[in-house]
Amino acid sequence: MPTNQISPAGGRAAPADAVYAAVEEAAGQCYIRALKELPPDVKAALRSARDAETDPTGRVLLDIMAENIAVAERDTNLVCQDTGTVVFWLEVGEDCALNLARVTAAIRAGIARATLEQSLRPNAVHPVTRQNTHTNTGRHLPVMHYEFVPGTAEMPGDALKLHCLPKGSGSENMSFLKMLIPADGVQGVKRFILECVVEAGPKPCPPTVVGVGLGGTSDLCTALAKKAVLRPLGGHSDDPVIAALEDELFAAANELGIGPMGLGGSNTVLAVHIEHADTHITQNPVAVNLQCWAARRSSALVTPGGHVTYGF
Amino acid sequence: MDDELRLRFPLTDQDALRSLRAGQRLRIDGQVIGIRDATQIAMFDRGEKPVMSLAGAALIHTAPNVRRLDDGRYEKICIGTTTSARMNRFTRGLLDQYGARAIIGKGGLLADSLPVLQEFGGVYLAICGGAAALETTQIEAIEDVEFEELLPECLWKFRVREFGPLIVAMDAHGTSLYETVRDQARIKLEELSARF
Repeated sequence: MPTNQISPAGGRAAPADAVYAAVEEAAGQCYIRALKELPPDVKAALRSARDAETDPTGRVLLDIMAENIAVAERDTNLVCQDTGTVVFWLEVGEDCALNLARVTAAIRAGIARATLEQSLRPNAVHPVTRQNTHTNTGRHLPVMHYEFVPGTAEMPGDALKLHCLPKGSGSENMSFLKMLIPADGVQGVKRFILECVVEAGPKPCPPTVVGVGLGGTSDLCTALAKKAVLRPLGGHSDDPVIAALEDELFAAANELGIGPMGLGGSNTVLAVHIEHADTHITQNPVAVNLQCWAARRSSALVTPGGHVTYGF
Repeated sequence: MDDELRLRFPLTDQDALRSLRAGQRLRIDGQVIGIRDATQIAMFDRGEKPVMSLAGAALIHTAPNVRRLDDGRYEKICIGTTTSARMNRFTRGLLDQYGARAIIGKGGLLADSLPVLQEFGGVYLAICGGAAALETTQIEAIEDVEFEELLPECLWKFRVREFGPLIVAMDAHGTSLYETVRDQARIKLEELSARF
């Protein structure tokens, strides 16, 4: 009997090999889909930005962004040439029986295969030798995050959901962490986030989504900033205090006048998303992870039977 | 757009760009040379000289998605533009030693490139970053490639048609739109901080 047929506690049959093949296929497809079609909420936010833009050059640039999105869909081409560093955020249903080591291996294989089959630009290099792996996978790549979630109407508790975030380097290079102290107060938090937007200026391809991690430890804080980038546009934190902070910073950031591609204008950010964690009495870490206007993401829901449903 | 200038590269007149002013929009026909971090590290830090002439050239900061054909030529897949500031230190060498005159990129060169642009009559042209699908349609062919061992960061010769629109973001008169925007943003940041 193959080892993968051993039943877990509860008597449910362990997943067959086919489901890991489905995960591999889903991971590759997720990556390609993210690169080629922007989510509807991002397109809507860019349209709103175009309608509100006061600067003539800014309007020209927002028109080019809209035209580019349409051309990518028409030609089934990549929205942006930077195929990014691949980041996966996994939602694992609390009753999911999949072996996460095999899931992780399948995701790596899926990304490598998609990269080679589609001639996607290979970006993963050794940090010292700069030797390229040519597969967009490598040591600790793709970046993997795992989160365990209860079942919902959208996602059964025995399922797995892959969220793929191909993170372009122009915006990822604009990442910041500051270990604030209690005496800095919320004023210090607000100022630091806006300083990051000013410091980044034109480089992260504004208008950006400002992903903010607030609280936790330094590592958790930066991971939360990345998670904030993954959140669909148009929503808020479920904590009313944090949601109000998101609104205040969104309005403030758009007063900075940095504008589309940093050439001036009234649209500097498409959204400010804050994910928070409780933190130590002596600390208040803040991390900022910027996401360019081409805010690519896609998802795949995989059932234990290997059925895959794609989304954004 | 009717207020867009049209320019052909490589330039025949090395001083042709001196009259351009920050904020103007233009499109390019002819040739554009793709160049990137690793290409310039090879050219300037390791002294590896390309055969391709860069005299009067428009350079673009890119590492394209391409497919190598059996005959050794390359086919475009998706070509876009990367952040220029990382390659700022090569500006003088490109304009002085190689005679390039326009640098196309996103995010701008740093302020210390402005006097170099002034000295040689060069400009920095901003393209819409991330708009690679559209940019790819304006590139007709990949005509030549050097430094193939640096793939995808080679030296690429693209033939382009109506390439743009591009915005003169740094001109040969000492103006950088990025500096202007950043200075205003810093003032605004102080105003906002006072309100918090």
